[in-house]
Amino acid sequence: MTGAASTAGCARLSNVSKLFGEFAALRHVNAELLTGKCYVLVGENGAGKSTLLRILAGLLRPSHGTVRVFSPDGTNSAETNFVEPHEARERIGYMSHASMLYDELTGEENLRYFASLYVGRECLAPADALRQVGLDPDLKRPVGQYSQGMRQRASLARVLLAQPELLLLDEPFSNMDVESVAQMVELLARFRQANRTIVLTTHQREHAAPIADFVLTLKAGRVENLLPGAPTL
Amino acid sequence: MIRAVWTHLVKDLRIEWRSKESINSMLFFALLVVVVFSLAFDPRGAFARDIAGGVLCVATLFASSSTLNQAWAREIRHNVLDAQRMAPSSGAALFLAKALANFLFVSIVQLLLAPVFLVFYNLRIEGNAWLLAEVLPLGTWALVANGTFFAALSIRSRNRELLLPLILFPIFIPALLAMVLSVTAILTGESDPALWIKMLAGYDIIFTTACLLLFDVVLHAE
Repeated sequence: MTGAASTAGCARLSNVSKLFGEFAALRHVNAELLTGKCYVLVGENGAGKSTLLRILAGLLRPSHGTVRVFSPDGTNSAETNFVEPHEARERIGYMSHASMLYDELTGEENLRYFASLYVGRECLAPADALRQVGLDPDLKRPVGQYSQGMRQRASLARVLLAQPELLLLDEPFSNMDVESVAQMVELLARFRQANRTIVLTTHQREHAAPIADFVLTLKAGRVENLLPGAPTL
Repeated sequence: MIRAVWTHLVKDLRIEWRSKESINSMLFFALLVVVVFSLAFDPRGAFARDIAGGVLCVATLFASSSTLNQAWAREIRHNVLDAQRMAPSSGAALFLAKALANFLFVSIVQLLLAPVFLVFYNLRIEGNAWLLAEVLPLGTWALVANGTFFAALSIRSRNRELLLPLILFPIFIPALLAMVLSVTAILTGESDPALWIKMLAGYDIIFTTACLLLFDVVLHAE
């Protein structure tokens, strides 16, 4: 997984494998993610897409191989210049299938809580983050009463809150109507234009096509192919 | 650190205020234990004072184990714990806030339970009643500090409801003994509970320190 050699590196995976017992979720994955690009991971269920995202997020450690992120000098230089994902967790945003929000709190309360955990990092105002994803910050309903699409948006707002440099999105378009998908794609396009990196998984490749710089296909834990995309946004 | 603890604590209290899951389940369970014991043993006079300390501690212990699990179940639901792990906030702050919240919930239940307890067991405190204000918080903290830690350890297990008591109860035995014996000493007025109170305080310091130091490992375990 690579691109133009002149572009700065955002993450580097070297020979990464992940075993769950005897099951190999990832096998010998080598990849270089370039800053400011959008990577779309596709593949069948169980291909290893979510595992790859969780490893990049630092939530899982690879069984073999290494993962490094964010070269401090912004170049594709020596491996030692990068850090492990968990050491740079405040610079990484991760959105999973689940909302990662408390059902009992409103969207605004959830975001205010998470923003206060990012001490020393300039966060968006919770109301602004909610507006960006098309949610009303004054909505007093707890997240538990949101529709699935609203939860998805609130979850994205949580991720955007800390203005991450690497955005990892697991199935961000699932359960969303066409109009909401278009709004989300536009938002992600702006994010990418701000020289931030996006890695997203989807089964609906056509939704991500307008922002996809690269499309990576995983099959049974291996990288099957990497094709350049044709982004229009 | 203090700010982070406060942030987590306010969030936990707000969630409990809205759901009332922990306090309600704990209160009803503790009430049941107290009533069942009072029916089973016909506690009157001196005998009541002899067993009351044990009944109170056992009721608190059993009732709180469901709450301790629930506190982390909220974090596992919708993978919120992953968001906690991604945030640059210390695990120790999260642990301390959770333990403080659980401490408040258990203490509230103990306060609500106290009058029922006095009525059912027809108790008259022979010793220095004010010492209960030392013993009960110290014993409760011993329970919730360990309980919060081990609940986090067992939360990803399918058998967590069973696993927590299996790990927690044996480790809590020294504190349980100290709590029961000091409460009994205060109720009967027959001995000095000072030694047991010191032991509880020592237990609290040792186990709270160990939990704080080890919690990051538990939080970031896969």
